[in-house]
Amino acid sequence: MEKYDVIVIGGGHAGCEAAAAAARLGAPTILITHKLETIGEMSCNPAIGGLAKGHLVREIDALDGVMGRAIDGAGIQFRVLNKSRGPAVRGPRAQADRKLYRQIMQKILFEQDNLTIFAGSVADLIINNDVVTGVLLEGGRSFSCNKVILTTGTFLRGEIHIGEERIPAGRMGEAPAAGLSRMLAEKGFELGRLKTGTPPRLDGQTINWGGLTVQKGDAHPVPFSFMTKAITNRQIDCHITSTNPESHKIIMQNLDRAPMYSGQIEGTGPRYCPSIEDKVVRFSEREHHQIFLEPEGLDDQTVYPNGISTSLPRDVQHAFLKTIPGLENAKILRPGYAIEYDYIDPRELTAALETRKISGLYLAGQINGTTGYEEAAAQGLMAGLNAAIACGGGKDFILDRADAYIGVLIDDLISRGTSEPYRMFTSRAEYRLLLRADNADQRLTPLGINLGCVSLERKKLFEEKFEALGLARGLLTGLSAKPREMIENEMAVTRDGKSRSALQLLAYPDVTVESLSTIWPKLKNIRPDVAEQLEIEARYVTYLQRQSADIEAFRRDEALEIPADLDLDKVGGLSNEVREKLKSSRPASFGAAARISGVTPAALTALLRYVRRNERVINH
Amino acid sequence: MFKDSIFAPSSGGAPAGISVVRVSGPSAGKILNTIAGVCTPKPRHATHVTLTNPKNGEPLDTGLFIWFPAPASFTGEDVVEFQIHGGVATVEALCRVLGTFENCRLAEPGEFSRRAFYNEKLDLAELEGLSDLIAAETEAQRKQALQQLSGSLSEIYEPWRKALLECLAHTEAVIDFPEEELPDDLLGNTKHNILGMTKKITQYLDDGNRGEKLREGFQIVIAGAPNVGKSSLLNYLAERDVAIVSEQAGTTRDVIEVRLDLGGYPVTVADTAGLRQTRDAIEFEGVKRAESRATNADLTLFVFDILSFDGDQRVVELITSNDLVLINKADLLKEPKIPEFLKVFDPIIISVKNGQNLEDFLKVLTNRVVKQFSVNAPAPLSRLRHREALERTNFALQRSLNTGAAELMAEDLRIAARELGKITGRVDVEDVLDVIFHEFCIGK
Repeated sequence: MEKYDVIVIGGGHAGCEAAAAAARLGAPTILITHKLETIGEMSCNPAIGGLAKGHLVREIDALDGVMGRAIDGAGIQFRVLNKSRGPAVRGPRAQADRKLYRQIMQKILFEQDNLTIFAGSVADLIINNDVVTGVLLEGGRSFSCNKVILTTGTFLRGEIHIGEERIPAGRMGEAPAAGLSRMLAEKGFELGRLKTGTPPRLDGQTINWGGLTVQKGDAHPVPFSFMTKAITNRQIDCHITSTNPESHKIIMQNLDRAPMYSGQIEGTGPRYCPSIEDKVVRFSEREHHQIFLEPEGLDDQTVYPNGISTSLPRDVQHAFLKTIPGLENAKILRPGYAIEYDYIDPRELTAALETRKISGLYLAGQINGTTGYEEAAAQGLMAGLNAAIACGGGKDFILDRADAYIGVLIDDLISRGTSEPYRMFTSRAEYRLLLRADNADQRLTPLGINLGCVSLERKKLFEEKFEALGLARGLLTGLSAKPREMIENEMAVTRDGKSRSALQLLAYPDVTVESLSTIWPKLKNIRPDVAEQLEIEARYVTYLQRQSADIEAFRRDEALEIPADLDLDKVGGLSNEVREKLKSSRPASFGAAARISGVTPAALTALLRYVRRNERVINH
Repeated sequence: MFKDSIFAPSSGGAPAGISVVRVSGPSAGKILNTIAGVCTPKPRHATHVTLTNPKNGEPLDTGLFIWFPAPASFTGEDVVEFQIHGGVATVEALCRVLGTFENCRLAEPGEFSRRAFYNEKLDLAELEGLSDLIAAETEAQRKQALQQLSGSLSEIYEPWRKALLECLAHTEAVIDFPEEELPDDLLGNTKHNILGMTKKITQYLDDGNRGEKLREGFQIVIAGAPNVGKSSLLNYLAERDVAIVSEQAGTTRDVIEVRLDLGGYPVTVADTAGLRQTRDAIEFEGVKRAESRATNADLTLFVFDILSFDGDQRVVELITSNDLVLINKADLLKEPKIPEFLKVFDPIIISVKNGQNLEDFLKVLTNRVVKQFSVNAPAPLSRLRHREALERTNFALQRSLNTGAAELMAEDLRIAARELGKITGRVDVEDVLDVIFHEFCIGK
């Protein structure tokens, strides 16, 4: 039987990152998926990034993940969202050519050392004494392994709804993975049901583009990857149209045929991504809802009408589209649909995304209750790294809430669980001003270098930038000026007679490295990307200093570990409610325990005392 | 090591005979030096000192302190423990002064023992049976305390929490959903609402009377006809040496005021002069004054002479159900005939002269005072927390208005929400998202 260190099941965004990450760390890895052609498929909207999601992509890239490089190669419209706002809340976003994205992703994976790609359907996991040792394929073939990463997305008992029609499927036209779902339930995993939806896909040739609002991309596209020097694809426009009272009337009249309202769907859908029928019902006072018409590729006529995800019957979809300006004659290439699928309560997982029930089994992506390519990829990356590290007997690689959005994501999932598809928002990050898209490399690449998951080329680029930053910081700290000099040079600063260093002066909104170079010409030598970094740091400096005290306190609590094998029933002084809460999410640290709602300081103290006493017994 | 210092009353709740207030952290020595004037304290020795408010030089209390230099202390840090008189006002006054020191703040629940834990001092913590102490200030109890607040207080805090949650949600919505059709000028409106909130909180915090009221105490007025024994009652109350705080002449020539400590709460007792006058035009004025004092008082003690209830009808009209009726000179008559018009007030029959029933009367009076304070205000420790949290909330709100950028505004609003959440229960990100998704149609 062929043996691998790591087997990744699933070729979506989580699976791709997981396989690539494990292989980057040198673990012999195999990726098993139904169809090689759909590796890297964007099943939903043809776009990557946005607020918080763009941050995730930058973080994945900083650890040498593949998503950033793939979208840079496949992007056909780049826009930085919130450009008018501060750098901490700017989110890079790009429309993708779906075919191109798949191709690039497949190319990267096929070229990756230590990685085998295999088309097949997994029938079962081979588990001995709660340790996973291999997988069994349909047709009887099997592989043995140390670790398995399950990234099955919406395929667990997936079911598509279009009006009254119900089709068992993981994605339109692809069979679901019913067996795996059954196996997980048998192993005692807590399964829940979620729902998500997509809009109908339209034929762009049948859309009347004239008169629609044009949305252009940025004139100077900003890449996602720290490795990408320039975006070379031809860039396209998107268009915006909207629904109207006539469309809403048709939807309302047919509401009883919508699975969400007829009771046909039991799973919970996301609040932030409602179907058009939901929007019309919940916000009945609105006469219009925006629709973004997003082309799916440069040589593909398919258009993704973002904003009207629906599971209404085909004829109703057709009827309400006719009322929308520009879409009067639009041909539906594929109807919109809702999909229901099983997910596993992520509180079953450790911070390394390994299940506590079965050793060596890792879960990543939608199977953990998240939504979004970026959230899936982030988990895939972390599961892949951790599975490979564990093969070599190393210590888990954990990012915390002050390290990265990835840390926020995983901590939220494993300590709080989720009852709707979980999406990342910047509002979820306590240390938002620190966790910026622009400094993801500074936050994470050094960790990646240490770990050995970063290419030599990236390491070199990063170290050059890091050195340049240090030099520039030193230079700016060594220069100082009084307010008089500044005002003479037309820069607005406080007139208090106090001398300030050039670095401190950067904190003023109108002061830039460039404007300072009128006083100190040698500042002209600072690299533009380095200058921008320093300006951003200076802008937030007082807030970041204040936050660093919070982070210190947070990390102190995170560092106090709660042993994984702690028998909570033996800890005295806990209420039953607290005990149950701790049992279901098994926090790895006191910090994590404190974040669980209902866990009181008194309970924490009782826990501390017990753990401490036990340690002493063990040491003696 | 921790950079900030923390303090908290660490004996049970006041009122009690003695209260212990503990300070732990790098500033403990400096604080001891500033408020007690001791720069080289002898470790682990009880020393008697007068504690002074450094702001105005006024004495806070006299008491003992014990100095535990690091690392041989409960937390492993420099610790000073003050043993002071257990009155609510005294403890609160000391805590307020401690809060004015830089990097010194009221301890979070369980924070002393957590510091002890970090500094490898948990054995000591275990010995002292710490977790009970911590249990006294848990989140659940804070919530419970909030529920127990008199209507007026939760009516104040809850709308602020709601308003702040909305401000935060709107700001976060602007940041997180730039592509969605949000209402115009959401940030501008939010700023307007923040301004409204901070005005209200400032007003609330500046409503000096509230704090002052506590310090000045519960107002008791003694009223009654001449020669019924009002002055001797006052003297009796005043002569209880343990109770006397100070004695001073009244603000008007006719009124004697005595400050007492009843059940741990400060109380001012005033003897009205009005009814001492004879029956003429001046008496009319006197009754008017007595009336006005009685209305302003928290409680009036109406004193009657057991031998003669004549001409008291006028006084009776002033009595409310909130007041206490005393019938004095019980030593002179074995079987008194209490008129019907007084019986409805459940009078207490006493003799100031021979002490009959005085202890019972004092018990009733003390209960009234304690009840009054506990109904109108949360427990003293929570009150301190509330004030500190509100001040920080307000500070963060004001700062949020001075930042131009949405993400900085949000940062300050988050701090404000965290602080206000210490009173009202945590403002979770899910609460924020709930508001956003409920109010705005988000969803490309």
